[in-house]
Amino acid sequence: MTEANYRRPALRLAPSPTPDSKPFWTGGRGGDLLIYRCHACGHFFHPPGPACWRCRSTDVGPEKVSGRATVAAFTVDRQPWIPGFDPPYIVAIVEIVEEPDVRLITNVVDIVPEQMCVGLEVEVFFEDWTAPSGGEDSRVWIPLFRPTP
Amino acid sequence: MLRAIADAGLAIDDVDGIASYPGAVAGAPGFSGASVTEVRTALGLRSRWYLSSVETAGQIGPVIEACMAVTLGLANHVVVYRSVWESTAAQQAGGGHASVLFSGGRLPPQMEWTAPFGALSAANWLAMPAQRYMNDFGLTRQQLSWIALTARRNAGLNPDAVYRDPLTMDDYLSARMISEPLCLYDCDVPCDGATAVVVSRRDAAGGLPRHPLTVEAVGPGMFERPTWDQRFDLTTMAAHDSAATLWQATTLRPADVDMAQLYDGFSFLTVMWLEALGFCDHGRVGDFIDGGERIALDGELPLNTGGGQLSGGRLHGLGFLHEACVQLWGEGGDRQVARIPELVAVGVGGGPVAGSMLVSSR
Repeated sequence: MTEANYRRPALRLAPSPTPDSKPFWTGGRGGDLLIYRCHACGHFFHPPGPACWRCRSTDVGPEKVSGRATVAAFTVDRQPWIPGFDPPYIVAIVEIVEEPDVRLITNVVDIVPEQMCVGLEVEVFFEDWTAPSGGEDSRVWIPLFRPTP
Repeated sequence: MLRAIADAGLAIDDVDGIASYPGAVAGAPGFSGASVTEVRTALGLRSRWYLSSVETAGQIGPVIEACMAVTLGLANHVVVYRSVWESTAAQQAGGGHASVLFSGGRLPPQMEWTAPFGALSAANWLAMPAQRYMNDFGLTRQQLSWIALTARRNAGLNPDAVYRDPLTMDDYLSARMISEPLCLYDCDVPCDGATAVVVSRRDAAGGLPRHPLTVEAVGPGMFERPTWDQRFDLTTMAAHDSAATLWQATTLRPADVDMAQLYDGFSFLTVMWLEALGFCDHGRVGDFIDGGERIALDGELPLNTGGGQLSGGRLHGLGFLHEACVQLWGEGGDRQVARIPELVAVGVGGGPVAGSMLVSSR
């Protein structure tokens, strides 16, 4: 996965979304990264939840963001943990451009580890997964990031 | 636990409180250890005050709560323990390695934001702030190695330690990477074990054979949301909040501390505690630990004198408080610091998990 060209892994441990997290994991169906936003104070926040942690309003809901983000920290995993999801791979914390203190843990792909750096500008794309045991309702779109051209 | 009670000079029926971390919670095999319910049932304890908690000030949170219980008169003597069998749990369950985190078709909710990206281990979650800290402040792997090398050197003097063979800087730098910048020797070693301490109210400890140690101050603290990735400053952790509470509660200062027992589930967490507790300025830990002299057994701030979790074994937090007591009583054997400490700082936990304590022999 850390080759210059992204390759889909044989396996990904897909989430089983909760009512709060379902927009995040399924927004990719339409190509959208959906992040919870507070309609009272206007700030985005993550992970999604029933209230805005800043102003405590419960008038919150998912909203489309640009999908552009900046790398805040990263690691190159060298240890195999999951058969079918082979190292090395890059795990990163990225900050969305709309709200820098909204951070997502993700994979950054399409880049060699030596070129990774704090401050790297990246953009979202999605990987579509369906659980081996499940049908359409198990389908999720995992947001991944790659360097902005 | 029975050894701790006997060591305190108490009969088991004198103990009227029991507490533990984390209680019966989901986690890796062997992580939870024996629950308070299991121990009470097995030993027929009649204690009136009991508690287990994971949503508390780190793995020593229940010790802080035990202090509250004896102060409030809810108990005279509380035994606080932490047990783990992460080294053999998976084998006991029928094979596999201890690093197997879960089975079945569904991700547990607490893994929802990390496992889809292969970030299964705390090694991944903590490698990222370590990378950012190195990026921002110039901490090098050579400097970080002194946490692991110091732990190993001390473990060599501890007959109960898991890894006792010498470890060199070359060994460290050539070790395989787990999650960059953390290598094998930056990660603690699973073990099967248990730690127990007895917390007594001072007026209930009169006449007991041991010189009682004093809890001078405790540090719960979590000033932000309890997450691994959303903290405002990625180069600080809940340890900083815990330490802020600790120092507010006492007139003692970092310069008064003779020794530090600081959590090293990963070496970088000890870095966080060193600066959180004020032994050096934010971002300056690299210089503080460089060369290892300052944190050696004969240094100005001996660190993790029993080998920590990196080489002693992952007793998961309470081992640091135990080692503080051993050193304060001067019972460390080959690893006993020559100038017996009178005040030890204990800091336990990493990421959003943190609790701290000052313990003295005064």
